[in-house]
Amino acid sequence: MPNSKSAYSFSNKKEKFDTHIIVVWVDNEAGVLARVVGLFSGRGYNIESLAVAQVDEKLKISRITIVTTGTPQVVNQIKLQLRKLVPVHKVADFKREDKAVIFKEMALFKIVGPNNKLEGALKACKKYNPVLLDKTKKSNVIQITALRREIDKMSKDLKKFGLVSVSRTGAVAMTRGADIFK
Amino acid sequence: MSKLYSGAEIVFKCMEDQNVDHIFGYPGGAVLPIYDELQNFKSIKHVLVRHEQGAGHAAEGYARSSGKPGVILVTSGPGATNVVTALTDAYMDSIPLVCISGQVPTHLIGTDAFQECDTTGITRPCTKHNWLIKDINDLAETIHKAFEVATTGRPGPVLVDIPKDIQFQKTKYKKPKKENKLNGKSHNHFNQNSIDQLIDLMSKSSKPIFYTGGGVINSGPKASELLRELVYATGFPITSTLQGLGSFPGDDNQFLGMLGMHGTYEANNAMHDCDLMINIGARFDDRITGKIDEFSPNSKKVHIDIDPSSINKNVKVDLAIVGDVKTVLSSTLKSLKQKKSKFLKSNKQKTSKWWEKIQKWRSVRSLDYIGSEETIKPQYAIERLYELTKDKDSYITTEVGQHQMWAAQHYKFNKPNRWMTSGGLGTMGYGLPAAVGVQVAHPKKLVIDIAGEASVLMTIQEMSTAVQYNLPIKIFILNNQYMGMVRQWQELLHDKNYSESYTAALPDFVKLAEAYNCVGIRAKTPEELDDKIIEMLNTDRPVIFDCMVDKVENCFPMIPSGKPHNQMILGPKDQENKKITGKGKSLV
Repeated sequence: MPNSKSAYSFSNKKEKFDTHIIVVWVDNEAGVLARVVGLFSGRGYNIESLAVAQVDEKLKISRITIVTTGTPQVVNQIKLQLRKLVPVHKVADFKREDKAVIFKEMALFKIVGPNNKLEGALKACKKYNPVLLDKTKKSNVIQITALRREIDKMSKDLKKFGLVSVSRTGAVAMTRGADIFK
Repeated sequence: MSKLYSGAEIVFKCMEDQNVDHIFGYPGGAVLPIYDELQNFKSIKHVLVRHEQGAGHAAEGYARSSGKPGVILVTSGPGATNVVTALTDAYMDSIPLVCISGQVPTHLIGTDAFQECDTTGITRPCTKHNWLIKDINDLAETIHKAFEVATTGRPGPVLVDIPKDIQFQKTKYKKPKKENKLNGKSHNHFNQNSIDQLIDLMSKSSKPIFYTGGGVINSGPKASELLRELVYATGFPITSTLQGLGSFPGDDNQFLGMLGMHGTYEANNAMHDCDLMINIGARFDDRITGKIDEFSPNSKKVHIDIDPSSINKNVKVDLAIVGDVKTVLSSTLKSLKQKKSKFLKSNKQKTSKWWEKIQKWRSVRSLDYIGSEETIKPQYAIERLYELTKDKDSYITTEVGQHQMWAAQHYKFNKPNRWMTSGGLGTMGYGLPAAVGVQVAHPKKLVIDIAGEASVLMTIQEMSTAVQYNLPIKIFILNNQYMGMVRQWQELLHDKNYSESYTAALPDFVKLAEAYNCVGIRAKTPEELDDKIIEMLNTDRPVIFDCMVDKVENCFPMIPSGKPHNQMILGPKDQENKKITGKGKSLV
């Protein structure tokens, strides 16, 4: 073992990483997204996907949905650090496995190829209620709404049908039932 | 119709209403309208620094020693980037600062205009919050909000960036909203149940320790009083972080000295072996914990902190009490008196063995050093400085390095707000401008910057500020011609390869003092040291004191790399026996 040349200690702990969906309600003001994203990058947290838009025009509230991974300690820190930001109103945290919450993501697929391939692609998407947004002789644009991992899978599966471009929104979340997150 | 004020006037109207009496700043193109108004606001005194970093640290010194927020005024571009170090420093050490920066006119933002920079972008990660004013009608409200954010909860720096055109525009002035105390955001999120649990843990413990930090100081002088009351009421030992020094008397028998990397043997061993650790306003920093997996393995840990994100960040605790130290301590004392009025008596026997153990660690006398009759030992210099100033209610600032640790070890503080040092960020060059700020806040008090010759050169230009405003600060330089702490680590960890840690061509500090039109004093031998220090203390002008000390003295005791609290190096002899082993070449 080489001699230590450090005044910091090293952690040998290997903790399990969980996927969490963090929802943040913020004032829709200049720089607010930079604050949230900067917090993640500055403290070394992961962002797997990010979706943001204003949800209340009158109160100027935006809702940011971030999919992240981390140990329980890190996820806890993410929440506590976010709550310290001045424009943040509230922070919700859901585990991906949480049955009481709906997670959805929208994707647009552009398929280019002969007719049989275009039809094949549409058929492959059947499970996810595909919407045909644009159609030409040579191409299709298909919209589906599904879970992240389902879209991951479709992005792979559609390759053989001539998938040339994918655009996806990042996951958004909402609790099931009449309750809302306070 | 009420009167219309220009943006520049509003800046000062806000400061008046926020009871600001001093601002530290440096003019420039983008703040000229504000500087133009300065003369019309007589209650606000401007201190002209020589570099914006100096303004920032001076404001920190002012804030730490007075409990009021420090206010900075700088121009756009380089003015703002120069203050970034001080803002980061204040962010790490939780010091309330309000920085007003000028910005290029609104229509030029984004065009790479002269002296333009993305100030709010650059300072976003080193402030609690910042604002770019785009509408004159938001200005007053924003500045009032800035003061509120800086001073409430866990304090910290904020910045308000004001484009030049907005400084000229006119609008009505809005007074700060009266605080509605009941509806105001509370920072206390604990209940009686947690306090009861704490008292229960305290009464069950036979090896307790209080571990206190800068949060006690930040909570105000009352918190330090309550802390003393609690410590005396329990008879528990207490140790403090670097930032917490002064909240409990440094010469009291219950005080074990500072803990951490250069803390005392008794404090660190007590932290390691205790069965109950009560952390009050400290944050389990890596300089404190040493090797985190072996940090105080058998203790129940209680953490009292105003910032919820400090809880369980580095160390998992058994009981978290989120709240202002003052409020938590006052609830604890109240409950303790009600429920266990004879706590001290009933507890004495329980902790007597623990105290015996502590006395054994104490008898090691870990702060001792090998004296010399020829050269001034740096520890000796601090000891003499302490002995000769302890009756004066002096304020001490430091730079960063060995001298800082020696000051923390050998200078004993009895009151809060008397010790200003850069802990979290470790900013060399902090102490001199901080001393300027302290002296501005306390014109009649003795203010000493215990410095190293390398650190002090980073902000030496502020001597000019001290002279301009007749601030009789004393710069006490422990001059060993090395970046001492760098040299020490190179000795311990890099086979004595003293790469670039020796400063050749140092200035003659006595002549330098004379050039600044202040007083230079040099001490070369232990024999003359006392007389020279007394000469310094009797000089009612700024002094640069060049104390020529042992060049190769190391700072002990020390927790070496990646080791837990109970494996300290005690001194030069011990250093040979405890060669540092383990992995980890790559980190600092």
